[in-house]
Amino acid sequence: MIPVCPTTALPPGEAIRVEADEPIAVFNVDGDFYAIDDTCTHQDASLADGWLDGCAVECPLHASCFDLRTGKVSGPPAKIPVRTHRVVVQDGMVYVQPGTPADGAA
Amino acid sequence: MSPTVAVVGASLAGLSAARALRAQSYGGRIVVIGDEVHAPYDRPPLSKGFLAGTASLDDIALSAPDDEDLGLEWRLGTPAVGLDRLGRSVLLDDGSEVRADGVVLATGARARRLPGSEGLAGVHVLRSLDDALALREDLAAGGRLVVIGAGFIGAEVASTARRLGLEVTVVETQPVPLAGPLGAEMGAVCAELHADHGTRLLTGTGVAGLAGTGRVEAVELTDGTRLPTDVVVVGIGAAPNTEWLAHSGVALGNGALGNGVLTDERGATNIPGVVAVGDCAAAWSAPAERHVRTEHWTTALEQPATAVATLLGAGEPAPTPVPYFWSDQYGARIQFAGSRREGDVARVVEGSCADRSFLVAYERDGEPVAVLGMNQPRLFTRWRRQLRSPVPTPC
Ligand SMILES: Cc1cc2nc3c(=O)[nH]c(=O)nc-3n(C[C@H](O)[C@H](O)[C@H](O)COP(=O)(O)OP(=O)(O)OC[C@H]3O[C@@H](n4cnc5c(N)ncnc54)[C@H](O)[C@@H]3O)c2cc1C
Ligand code: FES
Repeated sequence: MIPVCPTTALPPGEAIRVEADEPIAVFNVDGDFYAIDDTCTHQDASLADGWLDGCAVECPLHASCFDLRTGKVSGPPAKIPVRTHRVVVQDGMVYVQPGTPADGAA
Repeated sequence: MSPTVAVVGASLAGLSAARALRAQSYGGRIVVIGDEVHAPYDRPPLSKGFLAGTASLDDIALSAPDDEDLGLEWRLGTPAVGLDRLGRSVLLDDGSEVRADGVVLATGARARRLPGSEGLAGVHVLRSLDDALALREDLAAGGRLVVIGAGFIGAEVASTARRLGLEVTVVETQPVPLAGPLGAEMGAVCAELHADHGTRLLTGTGVAGLAGTGRVEAVELTDGTRLPTDVVVVGIGAAPNTEWLAHSGVALGNGALGNGVLTDERGATNIPGVVAVGDCAAAWSAPAERHVRTEHWTTALEQPATAVATLLGAGEPAPTPVPYFWSDQYGARIQFAGSRREGDVARVVEGSCADRSFLVAYERDGEPVAVLGMNQPRLFTRWRRQLRSPVPTPC
């Protein structure tokens, strides 16, 4: 597990990029935390820089939307989903488990 | 016979229209007509990663696996040569015709050429995949490149060629590059990227002619300068592909509009059942109080949903999209959104021009109307959103 930050450092509507083998983006959606690959599958934008809209993030470059729960892409130009990663919140800290898909993700 | 929609132009706007038809529950035939033999591909990489050799043909294919389910009938490699006056039949150059109940015009634009450059080897324009393949081959030989026109495509080609190790000169007629889209002040800032990366930029001088027999040898400028060169790229803008509509009765703009297909805000042309989208369309813009032909990727992606709704008879109000485009030059990510006019005041709100990392807001009467970012994607996205006032959707 990689420690990300204290929960208070990632308020609702915000995202943070975590360095791992492949960088990971962690989002706070109204108190629920989600983690996906940070690099867009279209080109090389950082999804942590994107726009959070409900449970989806819109890529900051060409606006493909990825579902934070499943990693699925809902519109062009990206064609490939991103991976999701399990997030664990313990004692006020946010952690990610790289490579373990989020519960309920396809 | 089942109802048919003919989509003319098999690129971003055409494919987006076909997808939108299905998304809006249209169950009839969709025939997509394209003059290029290639399946739809993405143009922006043609001056960037594809030209540099870092993006493959697969990478730039527009079709996604799900598109198989759209059930499209493709007529590739077959230019449309006419539309009958009722807009009910598209004539193809092989003599056949496609009868249709609705027609989507999505024939895009083509690169303007320099008069007198025809037939001279080593002189390129860049619009299509074939153009990019030919240019890539010429650049691979190395040597000197002259780019005529310091617009976005010219600047991107210069940047890619520098990366490939060529000696590059960019020639621009205007005193300041990109002054049209960005204003003189910010155009000048973006143009400094050329010097940063060892590209020579000559402004305020026109091209008198090209020298060479068989193959280009030099570019001659109006101020008498002669630029010996191995390759020339002409990047002086694009003209809409609308000549084939000349006798169709479809209303086209005049010269200043570049002869785009005139539409209302919902993509409707003057002929019922015929809509136009993407680079070939000059759509009415209420804020601008005129028809505007927007040559942006995002417009070609988003406009078809509205135009298709028009075609299918839905009457929701037209959305008011905020124009957006990006450009990648010398590793710098440039993004612009909004509608800038002469007189708007550019204010740096973050970063600095000298650091090549900034966000600039254009203000009119104290209100932001447009935003320009260099290497500031996160902040840019937030400003871009403010311009279009977001409506959050719950999970
Ligand atoms: C090199 C390059 C780089 C670019 N970079 C950027 C960028 O960084 N950012 C950005 O926002 N935009 C960029 N653009 C612009 C963007 O690619 C266009 O706005 C977009 O391609 C428009 O899509 P379209 O489908 O309307 O037209 P097009 O892509 O031009 O497609 C029209 C299609 O119709 C075909 N056609 C024409 N006439 C006929 C006919 N009579 N019958 C059948 N088919 C016909 C054409 O051959 C073409 O295949 C770039 C464009 C180019 C060329
Ligand atoms: S880089 Fe994300 S959509 Fe293009």
